[in-house]
Parts: sequence; C-alpha cells; structure tokens
Amino acid sequence: MSPVRMDSNGMSKRGIVLYLHAHQPYRVRKYSVFDTATNHDYFDEPDYDTKSNNEQVFKKVADKSYRPMNELLEKLLSAHPEFKVSLSITGTFIEQAERWAPDVIESFKRLIKSGRVEIVAETYHHSLAFFYSLNEFERQVKAHQDKIRELFGVETKVFRNTELAYNDSLAKWADNYGFKGIMAEGWDPILDWRSPNFVYRPTGTKNISLLLKNYRLSDDVAFRFCDRSWPQWPLSADTYNDWVNTSITDKSIVNLFMDYETFGEHQWKDTGIFEFYEVFVDKWLDNPANTFYTVSGAIEAFDPVDEISMPNTVTWADTERDLTAWLGNNMQQEALRYIYAMEDDILRTNDTELIDDWRMLQTSDHFYYMCTKWFNDGDVHAYFSAYESPYDAFLYYINVVRDLRYRLHHYHHTGGLNG
Amino acid sequence: MLGWELPPHNSGGLGVACYNMSKALAIQGATIDFVIPYCAEHPETEFMTIHNATELTPLERYGLGSYDSSRVINKTLSAADINDLKDMRGVQKRYVKFVEKLVSSSKPDVIHAHDWLTIEAGMRAKQLTNAPLIIHVHATEFDRSGSQIGNPLVHEIEYEGFMMADRIIAVSNITKDIIVQKYGISADKIEVVHNAIDVTSLNDGYKYDFRTYKYLEALKNEGYTVVVTITRFTIQKGLTYFIKAAAKAIEKYDKLAFLLAGAGEQRNELIELAADLGIADKIFFTGFVRGKQWRDAYSVGDIFVMSSVSEPFGLTALEAAHHGNALIITRQSGVGEVLHNIFRYDFWDEDTLADQIIGIATSTALKTSLQQNVKNEYNKISWHDVAKKCLRIYESMRRRIVI
Repeated sequence: MSPVRMDSNGMSKRGIVLYLHAHQPYRVRKYSVFDTATNHDYFDEPDYDTKSNNEQVFKKVADKSYRPMNELLEKLLSAHPEFKVSLSITGTFIEQAERWAPDVIESFKRLIKSGRVEIVAETYHHSLAFFYSLNEFERQVKAHQDKIRELFGVETKVFRNTELAYNDSLAKWADNYGFKGIMAEGWDPILDWRSPNFVYRPTGTKNISLLLKNYRLSDDVAFRFCDRSWPQWPLSADTYNDWVNTSITDKSIVNLFMDYETFGEHQWKDTGIFEFYEVFVDKWLDNPANTFYTVSGAIEAFDPVDEISMPNTVTWADTERDLTAWLGNNMQQEALRYIYAMEDDILRTNDTELIDDWRMLQTSDHFYYMCTKWFNDGDVHAYFSAYESPYDAFLYYINVVRDLRYRLHHYHHTGGLNG
Repeated sequence: MLGWELPPHNSGGLGVACYNMSKALAIQGATIDFVIPYCAEHPETEFMTIHNATELTPLERYGLGSYDSSRVINKTLSAADINDLKDMRGVQKRYVKFVEKLVSSSKPDVIHAHDWLTIEAGMRAKQLTNAPLIIHVHATEFDRSGSQIGNPLVHEIEYEGFMMADRIIAVSNITKDIIVQKYGISADKIEVVHNAIDVTSLNDGYKYDFRTYKYLEALKNEGYTVVVTITRFTIQKGLTYFIKAAAKAIEKYDKLAFLLAGAGEQRNELIELAADLGIADKIFFTGFVRGKQWRDAYSVGDIFVMSSVSEPFGLTALEAAHHGNALIITRQSGVGEVLHNIFRYDFWDEDTLADQIIGIATSTALKTSLQQNVKNEYNKISWHDVAKKCLRIYESMRRRIVI
C-alpha cells in the first residue's frame, strides 16, 4: 500500500473509485438479402452520413468525447498526485481507434504511463458470451488481455462483464481465472440495508473482491446532469461534492462507474460537464481525508466487509437492472441462438476472417438495437440505436447470419443453409 | 362542418373520417351543422344536424367523381351552371349558395371545411360571417394526382383557401410539408392532427372465414407467406413498384403470395406487369371487395404493404393492424408517423421492400414481434384525441377574435 493513501492514524483514506467504460461496436451496415451470399462485408456502411457508419460515428465521438476527456484526465493526473481512474476499453473500440483516430490510442498510452490509470479486463468483443458459451467467453477475455498487454504493456487484474452483467457463477469463474476483483451494480433489492460503499466478497469465492456501483451518485452525472426537468438541475460541483462526502461518511469508497462517453457524448460539452468534473475533483481532493483509488487500489486498501450473493443476473441497465434490453424479445433470442449455434462450425474452418466476423457479431449492441421496450426505457434505446427501428436492426443482422451460414456451407459442404 | 360525404354513402375514407370526428366532437360538447351535397338517410347521426345542399341522390353524387379530378374541371364557379347537377362545378356552386343561406340564418363560431371540394363554400361563409375558417386537409391535389401535375383549377382553389384560412389542419406531417413546400403556406399556420381508427366499428362480431380465400389458405399450409394490399389501383398508390419488389422478393424466396384487393384505372397495367415479370401465378387480383371479402382479405394476410407514393394518412394500415398483419409502410404515408412497430421504406426502393418482405417471411420471431407489437399500438390512436385537438384549435380561434 502506498503511504499517500494513509491518514494520520495509518488507516486507508476514504476514496472515490472512478471507472469509465469506453466502447464502440462494429455496427452492421444496411445489409440486405441481396447482399447475402454475394457480399461478405458486413460493417462498412457506404453511406457516410448515417448512424450505422462506424467511421463517421467513431470520428464524431472522438471529437466530442475521447479527445477532450483524455485531455482532461491528463490534466487532472498532472494537477493532482492523488487522482486515479480505471478504464475499460473494448477490443472493438481499439480496432476502430487504430483505424480512424490513432491519436486517441496514443493519448490512452500517455494516461496509462502515469501509473495511476488502470485498465479493467472484459470480453474483447463486448459480448454476452458468458451466458451462451463459456469456452468462447474465455477466449474473448484472453484476447482482450493480450491486446491490452501488447498495446499498453500492462496486465489486467480486475474483471467487468459486458453491461456489468453479473451473477454468482461469474464471480466464481473470475476467482478461478485469477482475477482479484470483479465489478457489479449496487442494486438495492440485492443490497437491502447494506451500502455499496464498501468492498465485498462474492458468495462462494476465496480470493476475489467485489466492487459495487453506487448508481445514484454515478447516474447523477451519467444520466441526470443535463436533465432540465430534474429538480437538482443545474448540478454544481459543490453540491455534488457534498453528496459524495455525505455518502461516504464512515465508509470506505464510492464507486462511480459510468460510460466513458458520458463526458462529451451523452452529456454534451455545452452542458458544462467537463468543467463540472474538473472542479469537482479539485474540491474532493481539497479535503485531505479524501483520495481516489483505482479498482485494484481499492481492493488492496480495504478488506471485504461481508459476503454478497446474486444468484440471478444483475446488470447496470434500465430500471429492471436485467438483460431484457438484450434478450427480452423473440427477435433477440432468435438472433443470439443462431449466432452461438454456429460456434463449432465457425471455429473449425480456421478462417480468421470468418471467425473475426462471427465474433464482431456477438457484440451486445447488435441485440440492444433490436430492443422493443419502446416506452420509458425505450427512449434511451431509440437514442442509441443506429437504425430506424428494432425490426430493421434484426433484419440486417439476420441477413448477415444467413451469409455466415452460406460461407460455412462453402467450407463444410454439410448442413442446410437454414440451420 | 362542410363535408362532401358521410357513411354509408361514402366512396372513400373522407366520409368515415368526417363521421368519426364529428361524433367525437359532439360527445365533447360541440354543436355541429354538417353540410353534404346530396340527399339521403344517414343512420346514427343524431349527434349532429345534417343539411342537404342539393336534392341529388347519393348515386348521382358518386357519378361526379368526387375525389379525383379525373373528370376535367376547368370552370370557375361564376362560369358554372347552377342548374347543371351533372357537372361537379354546378353542384359545388349550389353547395356554396346553400351554405350562404345557412350561415346567414345562424352564424357559426367556427367554419370547419374538409378538402378542396368545400373550400369555396368555406371561404364564402367566412366572408359573410367573419367567423374563423379552418381548412382540414385530408389530401391535396398533389396527392390525388400521384407524380403527375394535377388539375390547375383545383390547385388554385386549394391555394386560395389555404391563404384565406385562419388555421389549417393537416392529417400528417407529410401533408403539412406539401402545404408548406408546394403552396408556400407558412408552417406556423398549420397544425398536424393525425386521423384515428374507430375500433368499435370493427368489433361487430366478425369472424374470419377460411373459405373466402381458400387457395391462399392452402398455400399458407404449404408454408407460404401472404402479402396483402387493399387499395385503389391508381398511380398515387405506388403499385408498380410494389409488384416489381414482389418479383425481386420471389426471386430470392419463392414461398410468397401477393393479394391485391381493389380496383382502379391501373388494374390492367398491373396484371400485365405481373405477367411480364413472370410472377402472374403469385399475384392474386380480387377486384373491388367490400363486406366480408374485404375483412377476410385483411385476415388472410401475414403482411400488409402500403406502397403509396403519397398518402396523407392511410387508415387501411390501422385496419390491417387490427386484423393481425405485420405492416410495411412507405415513408411517404402519414400513418407511419403514428406507428413505431412497423417497417418503413421509400416508395421507389424496391430492394428494401423485397428485403423486408423476405425478412418477415423467413423469421417467425420478426413476424410475430411486428404483428403483436403493432396490435398493442394502433388502438391507442383515438378519435377522442382528434376531437380534443380540434376543440383546442377552435378555442384558440375564438380567443383571437375576442381580442
């Protein structure tokens, strides 16, 4: 433990665990039945000015979010020796950044060189593979670890699953795999009277610690910050600092987990989000009793206070905190079933292009776009969709699935094109 | 309320819309004098007073060709012969005279006129009474004429009416855009009030009869998907694109049958086109259908396509949803603005339509999702909301006059 975290009594300081999740999927282009079996390019939408054009989206978000936020993080790191942050960066993000915004990768490298920025492990393809194929899931976790090592020269120690989809068996898996920490939603029905502001141990595990998102304080920034109908709008850094301080009284940590794109993309620059965060960090660290932790740092500094069990899967999404936004309707279930049913046939082709395409199609966003929970939660889904409707999303996806089957048929000369 | 028809003597959707709107308005407290240009019994209309502007029978009125200006209309009202009731302009002149008399005996708070047919009478009533004129646009001459230019005199009447109206109600954003772009009317003057569906009229004990389209049912048992459209066969409806898309879809996936229910001047052309494309055996022309055949045409369908080049609203889509179809609707159809759980495409985009048809036909999940979700959606669209919006517009007019 570094002495800087200790207070005068030799106790670990209370701290914020700030975690930002950076991700971009490879959206499927408007792929029609007339493309099936003739054109195997699924992801390069020729029309630049559409929401499903990955290059256009990536360049836009790089300008609005990745560049200015990395700049702010660099600034905070140099201004405050105690400032720390954890990031997860998906493989599909990295590939797109390498193609269309290599300077963004360079700025991430600079952040990581500071030694105060930790990279969190996850599936390379931001998939739901854990729930469909454990073997494929492990391959994607390993692929992500390899990519992070190769690019940034660091080892990942703490795991987060796609959409923070978590249950007891995932914790056991992560424990056995050798991770020392895992992240989940701090959801009231699970926690009951307990606070998310401590380190916990997942039921049935030996060595792994559990960090739970404080969703109220996280979502104040991630969702409500720009909401003019929110009684607390406009939120000042002072008020927010008071809330975080109050929340952490007599406790260890506050886990503020959110999408990286909160900064500049979900909350636009003109909402004042960047200035807000800079001032907030300043004010938080003004109090010598306060600090920041990386996810590993928090786990090192504090022992688990209790066991937590989540037999059923909990995510950080929607009011239900479940996976219904990804697999709640028939179309989503059918699409997922089709894609995982071809695993063995795909892998035994040893065709890396085909295998890569298949993996890109596992990214959870594809299924999210097919969500039909239009009303209430659905508003969010509509905003983030690359398509006119969930039916369009499904249609293009299923045309691609057929093309994968066609390619498989070409290899194996067996199996109908329908199954 | 100045209208041209009411059920059961209607030749299309205008009469149905006027009837349901008036009924909902009356329930919410409006007193309505409804003027029609012919003389007939109208059951279940006791909620308003119906005025007959002429002694024409409904049948004679049909003969005028009320909707489209396919009959050449080229006379100004002053040139028209008020005694010639075989001529549309003669009837309209008589209609205006009748309205003049009506408003002079009792001054209305608001004049609500529907489409070009009654615009001249509306303008005259406004001149005489200074009451606010609201023109309700169900279709413009641009919609009626498809991609063709349309009748210049009708355009002129519409333009004058839009200029003189205190407020314009458009049945969709598509119609509003046409009024803004083609007639140069300020968007501020136009309010969009989407039409609705009277679900109770469809819940009349109807039961689907499998024998009506027995051959199609046999195909369905073989795994075929039935794609239906019920419409007039005019250029406005975009059916040539639809049939070309059908051919493209069949080329990729042949278990498709297309039911085209309706009649119109394009019928022969469409039959010929289907034969030219080599898909004549997959396309079923029923001719004009009403009653049970009409309901069963919706029921036999898995997918309903509205292929219109320009459709101000498109009530048939809501009827198709009621009968359990998945909907594919052109972006040029107003009804698409009020439904989420549908596919949309541009009327000329045959590939996309073919893709959507095949997608639905080959995925049970997609088909049932579309069918079920739109069923939960269409019946929330009610005439009471339409009436509420109209009353709000009336109110705002009245206040302006007081000032």
